[in-house]
Amino acid sequence: MSEVTSAVARDVKKEFHVVGKSVPRRDGVGHVTGKTVYVDDISFPGMLHLKMVRSPIHHGIIRNVDFSAAEKVPGFVRVLTHRDVPKNIYTILCLIGVGPDEEPVLAVDRVLYKGEPIAAIVAETEEAAMEAVSRVRLDLEELPAVFDVEEALKPGAPILKPWGTNYFVYEGHHCRRVRFGDVEKGFAQADYIIEEVYNTSPIEHAPTETTACVAKPEPDGRYTVYTNTQALFFTMDNTALILQVPFSKLHFVGGTVGGGFGGKVDVIVEPIATLAAMKTGCPVKFKYTREEEMRVSSTRSAWRMYFKDGVMKDGRIIARKVISYADSGAYNRHTPYAVTKHAANVAGPYFIPNVYIDAYCVYTNRQPASAMRGFGVTPASFAVECQMDKIAETIGMDPWEIRFINAYRNGDMRPHQKVVEDATLIEVMKAAAELAGHQLPEHLLKMHSWDREKA
Amino acid sequence: MASRIVAFNLNGRDVEVMVKPLTTLQTVLREHLHLTATKSGCRQGGCGTCTVLVNGEPMLSCLLPVEDIAGQQVVTLEGITPVEGLHPIQQAFFDNYAIQCGYCSPGMIMIIKALLDRNPNPTRQEVMDAIAGNVCRCTGYESILRAAEDAARRLQSA
Ligand code: FES
Ligand code: FES
Repeated sequence: MSEVTSAVARDVKKEFHVVGKSVPRRDGVGHVTGKTVYVDDISFPGMLHLKMVRSPIHHGIIRNVDFSAAEKVPGFVRVLTHRDVPKNIYTILCLIGVGPDEEPVLAVDRVLYKGEPIAAIVAETEEAAMEAVSRVRLDLEELPAVFDVEEALKPGAPILKPWGTNYFVYEGHHCRRVRFGDVEKGFAQADYIIEEVYNTSPIEHAPTETTACVAKPEPDGRYTVYTNTQALFFTMDNTALILQVPFSKLHFVGGTVGGGFGGKVDVIVEPIATLAAMKTGCPVKFKYTREEEMRVSSTRSAWRMYFKDGVMKDGRIIARKVISYADSGAYNRHTPYAVTKHAANVAGPYFIPNVYIDAYCVYTNRQPASAMRGFGVTPASFAVECQMDKIAETIGMDPWEIRFINAYRNGDMRPHQKVVEDATLIEVMKAAAELAGHQLPEHLLKMHSWDREKA
Repeated sequence: MASRIVAFNLNGRDVEVMVKPLTTLQTVLREHLHLTATKSGCRQGGCGTCTVLVNGEPMLSCLLPVEDIAGQQVVTLEGITPVEGLHPIQQAFFDNYAIQCGYCSPGMIMIIKALLDRNPNPTRQEVMDAIAGNVCRCTGYESILRAAEDAARRLQSA
């Protein structure tokens, strides 16, 4: 038994109430009986339904929107446009200091992606709302669109942002930068230079329950919002900012989420449904159709990552340069933050003395990307580990060995200037080898995370 | 078009509903009768969360105009849930952690009920074939397959 597993075995001999035991789920009986109440299971007498008028094109100018035919649909109640939204332009991460605001709740004079909301229609039934949406006449002027991160950065690309670039500006810089050591010197000393480009595709979270909320006016002047958001207070705060009401006006009820995976942390349905409840005095439900969930809700962002590594014959990586591009789609959502996380992690869990990283958050005319399970880091890990295998293959070294040699030890400095204090990679790899039935050679088994062995 | 009355048997009780033509059984269950155990993941036949039994056969209630089942027997998850405790399939789902977010669980339990009613001792492949139209985005299916096998054992020894 390895040191790690024996340490774990020692620990579980202690008596814990929960650790090491199977605990029945508190919500389990509700789930298997169908008694758990999901947002779409909630309805109120007199409840209205909201549906969005969406852009049919990827990029364009809104010349005119004509609601006259929509208003004649039986059951039509009212329309909401950007003029009705107190603070129409927002950015979700303003709560952690990300700016400037750049996404409209409802489009003003331009649309940047296919499916972008232009106006909301509130009606007595869902069918009436859909019917009214289909009768809205849009007069749009189509503009050239861009769908590739590197195309978007070329001179002459259609510019999507009011500040005049297609990238997010990080403290005055065109990308999130990490500089550590001297990467060019490292390349000059290296025995091998190993280059590769890695691409990942967008992924839709596809939760089984679609994004939804119900906003209900209360007699005391407050609004109760039942929602399946993954970020209840974050969503409440953003809703209050968008609607310019004190937080105390809103009571958010949630926690039951029919699958999220990061797809339900954007603040999308709640502000507009709450606004509709304010303007009509009625409870309002806004539930995405499956089509909206698949085509309009945010995805994991697509990435392109260029790696250049300088490697010594003995397997040490002595220099790594990475240029990464995240496709944020048309708006920020959570991607500026994903790019920062990416920049901090794309050198991998390995000690490399010379590192140079440029990570760009790029806007295109795709539907906005956002959070999904380790966003920013997941594509980095994919690229890093593919690259480690490529290095092993190129220099003719065992892929386990290359990782053991380069793995972080406690006390190592990471490229973004954080000292490693809790390294576990070597122990995890030993445990993984054991589980996979792979016999590691003695000299690797002797390694551990708390000290770097003298070569 | 005018609404009309449709009568059918739901969980052992006769019900009558007033519906417009082409109203689905799913809408009747969830919106007219407020029986929300039958879920609504796509309303286009793609997810299986709305599965109910009609005369013992599993059906996607989102694709089924309620007029088409006039006079027939419908069973939903509410109909197999005992007043106290759980149905053996529900218990097996609970004990095997075949639930994460739980949104697919009602449809999964109904499709497995339909399977076990006609084939009390299915192979793993037969369970996989049975749930092929039911999407679970959370569990990775393994725990659901285990729950189905466990449910078969429980029902046979009951
Ligand atoms: S709701 Fe019926 S199959 Fe998805
Ligand atoms: S448990 Fe979430 S979809 Fe199956």
